[in-house]
Amino acid sequence: MSLDKEKIKHVAKLARISVDEAKVDSLTKDLNSIFKFIEQLNELNTDKVEPLTSILNQSLRSRKDEISDGKIREKILKNSPKKNEEFFVVPKVVE
Amino acid sequence: MSNITNQSLSEILKSIKSKKISSLELTQAYIKNIENAKKLNAFVTTTFDQALENAKKFDNKPNNEQLLSGVPLAVKDLFCTENVKTTAGSNILNNFIPSYESTVTKNLWNNGAFLLGKLNCDEFAMGSSNETSFFGNVINPIGDHLVPGGSSGGSSSALVADLTPATIGTDTGGSIRQPASFTGTVGLKPTYGLCSRWGIVAFASSLDQAGPMTKTVNDCSIMLEAMSGFDDKDSTSINKKKETYSKNLKDNIKGLKIGIPKEYRVDNMPKEIDELWEKGKKILKDLGAQLIDISLPHTKYALPTYYIVAPAEASSNLARYDGVRYGYRSQKGKDLIEMYENTRSEGFGDEVKRRILIGTYVLSSGYYDAYYLKAQKVRQLIKKDFDDSFTKVDAILTPSTPSSAFKIGEKTNDPVSMYLNDIFTVPVNLAGLPALSLPAGLDKQGYPLGLQLIGKALDEQKILNIGYAFEKNCGYKNEIKKWWL
Repeated sequence: MSLDKEKIKHVAKLARISVDEAKVDSLTKDLNSIFKFIEQLNELNTDKVEPLTSILNQSLRSRKDEISDGKIREKILKNSPKKNEEFFVVPKVVE
Repeated sequence: MSNITNQSLSEILKSIKSKKISSLELTQAYIKNIENAKKLNAFVTTTFDQALENAKKFDNKPNNEQLLSGVPLAVKDLFCTENVKTTAGSNILNNFIPSYESTVTKNLWNNGAFLLGKLNCDEFAMGSSNETSFFGNVINPIGDHLVPGGSSGGSSSALVADLTPATIGTDTGGSIRQPASFTGTVGLKPTYGLCSRWGIVAFASSLDQAGPMTKTVNDCSIMLEAMSGFDDKDSTSINKKKETYSKNLKDNIKGLKIGIPKEYRVDNMPKEIDELWEKGKKILKDLGAQLIDISLPHTKYALPTYYIVAPAEASSNLARYDGVRYGYRSQKGKDLIEMYENTRSEGFGDEVKRRILIGTYVLSSGYYDAYYLKAQKVRQLIKKDFDDSFTKVDAILTPSTPSSAFKIGEKTNDPVSMYLNDIFTVPVNLAGLPALSLPAGLDKQGYPLGLQLIGKALDEQKILNIGYAFEKNCGYKNEIKKWWL
């Protein structure tokens, strides 16, 4: 299959990345060459193969549902590009 | 002791413990080297004041019982370090100062080491040449026009230029082993789950593993012992008794069975890689190992599988960079969605964007079965190839890379040719196995080439032992002209 420019713009929208119009052509070319490479997998018949879901011979551990830390609001807010005392601040969402 | 910094970690530790040199003198020697090596661009951040402070603290009250007593270490800038900027080589994290320490770096510090600085790497560890870093490409000390490999390129460059006695990197598809091979050093990707992923900037969570990069196999065993271990904070961490790799290091490999997979002799492989492989086989055979021909029939599908699985996981992991909670935020955009889109467009570099788009596409509605599910099925076949082989052999010997270090800019315009560099390293990540890259020889241009030993899951000790015996009998030695001075 091949990816056209419209498809790439749609995927970029899904990924929340704005794509520079000037770069769409080269991006289309690169992604198509990568997908051509990836699609070698279609040579293989995998109808009877179970998908691999974990490479570990153990299942995921569960932990007790309890708070292990807390009262670290300041630490969490410290790296925010925009905040007030208690909250992350984002552009206006509701009119 | 002006030449202390070109010694191995284990020799340096002996000098510290016997008080031939103080931790402060050692640290000052590395700082001087780093200041004189700015041309290599190996460091993103240095923490000299903090390192000198820690060195003095050690000298005042030395504890020589630790694995890494009084040793300064620089680490890849993918490990979160408390109160020290951690960028992952990206503009989007260029202002990020973690309030926590990654488990593996904490393990190093708990064993007596301290931080010297943060090393450059490909952006979010996505690259094979260290050319995708927001902070510019790193130069290979082997030659001023060569890439140091990637993504742990700052690590390999700093190590071989004597800017740190040992270091750690991360390996998702070859990011420790390929740079080690390109610089004539030792690099180990441990079994998935042996070293905690907690506090490491995530790329592809089912593949990522941290591991040591060192000048010798003995150093590698010391570093692995220090950094590994169960961690409750990583849900895929393996809970098992801690091993003493350095104490158990032995060079007797008589009777071990070494598998030689025919599928690793790929089309157009340079003759010198083939010759290097032959040389490696001969060394192991002369040491009493038995060579056995094996087949890993799905090898050629490993790289296409990787380029579905890794970008898919990356696209989910990197969804967190939204310009709200941490990292860069664009000032452009009239609403929240545009703020997200501009932040991510300005914050990520081209290779990272490319992989996010691949990942988003293969996971998107209507395409999941054709790509992601298909890849997970092929991944099962690749794992089974290894499982079958390991009923017959103790370890597998292959080349580490299909070429020596390439020129800066040589592959940047062709993503697929760049990806092909990881053809021998990627299968191991997909199967979750440990693999060690060892310096083994030079090509006709005089650039280093490496061989790779692949082990069974959690069989690090065995591949370290084989590597140790190999190293003693291979006679490889890096001859670096310090052209940057």
